[in-house]
Amino acid sequence: MSTFDYRRPRNLGEMTELLGRDDAVVLAGGTDLLVALRHHKVRPALVVDLKSVAEVGHEIEADGRRLRIGGRVVMSQLTGNDHVNTHFPALGTAASVVGSVQIRNRATLAGNLCNASPAADTVPALLAYAATVTMSGPDGSRTVPVKEFFVGPGSTVLRHGEVVTEVELPIPTERVGSAFARVTRRRGVDLASVNLACALERSGRARFGFGAVGPTPLVAETTIDELADDAGWDRLLSVTSPISDVRAGADYRRAMLRVHSKRALQAASDQLGAM
Amino acid sequence: MSPGERTVVLTVNGEPRTVSVSPSTTLLEMVRTRLELTGSKECCSEGECGACTVILDGKPVNSCLVLALEADGSSVTTIEGVGSGGMTGLQQSFLEAGAVQCGFCIPGMVVAATAFLERVPRPTAGEVREGLSGNLCRCGGYARICEAVLQAAGAGGADA
Repeated sequence: MSTFDYRRPRNLGEMTELLGRDDAVVLAGGTDLLVALRHHKVRPALVVDLKSVAEVGHEIEADGRRLRIGGRVVMSQLTGNDHVNTHFPALGTAASVVGSVQIRNRATLAGNLCNASPAADTVPALLAYAATVTMSGPDGSRTVPVKEFFVGPGSTVLRHGEVVTEVELPIPTERVGSAFARVTRRRGVDLASVNLACALERSGRARFGFGAVGPTPLVAETTIDELADDAGWDRLLSVTSPISDVRAGADYRRAMLRVHSKRALQAASDQLGAM
Repeated sequence: MSPGERTVVLTVNGEPRTVSVSPSTTLLEMVRTRLELTGSKECCSEGECGACTVILDGKPVNSCLVLALEADGSSVTTIEGVGSGGMTGLQQSFLEAGAVQCGFCIPGMVVAATAFLERVPRPTAGEVREGLSGNLCRCGGYARICEAVLQAAGAGGADA
């Protein structure tokens, strides 16, 4: 690794000042950053560790109608959290398949967002549950829907010096059935060829989040009646534009996307029925 | 302390340690080269293989993906701290099951399996495979490794 300085600011003010430099990078869990540092894909002069920034939370809190997930919350916290498992099971399932146990103990949900991989496993669930992302930086704080957070592969709306402080999910007032699905080449520790999540309301309204089938994770809304025939599925999946790469061919992705979307909807519907 | 070095104060295998490192030093490099605890292995260096697994504040992590400075104030257990007063039941099971071939992955496997059995004391075979999916064995000795973990669990957990 090339040489750099390391700082662990204690609050947003200190953090913002340090990140004001052009050659500073943010360290949260480090599971992606350390690899990038080792391969010299980033050559910062300064690494700013968020672990002591008071305003970047490390807890999951149910605050009335919202579930607030702090910017330092790691995947293994999500998988074992009662609020997540009760209200947002597809997010818990998605978090449980990221990397390995060791990775999940370090990798943060916010980091998974900020790296902006089109295949990020937690994002389809965040899209399906209509999550929002709160960022803080030199110009203060702002919140955007997760569907507006991504610009392209590896690219987000984060401005220079901004970090994600919190991810929020609206706790549904009515029951919602939901499911996560994922296709990989091998069962564990692999990037997804296709991933998706579906959230189905009792009214029949369904929201899907799709990953690895476009330059960013994608969201699409429909109703269960719309999905009664193939034309409805065609319309739903028309937002996606799968490509062929090392993990899967475009045709295979398209086929798997449809099959697993149908299964996820079925699972979500079964869950609603069982409630 | 060389120029640019910083001080890390942490607990390693129950003992307080103060180490000076450059900011780019990983936790793995620090335990191996500064503390001369060479049981943790460097293999893939990108969090895929688990040979560098240590327990950091109670959680198994890839020490190749943690900066030494991040561990300031933390408690670390390396393979040298597992069964420091003699072999644990888990380590005994690894021997009895013939789970060790070339041995390179074994420190990481044992550390990961120790943490796993603390979390899941009575696992199924599937849970063992999932729980150790962050540890690769290039010899392909997975069947006996799983067997060893199940055996240790059946015999009353990792510390029996």
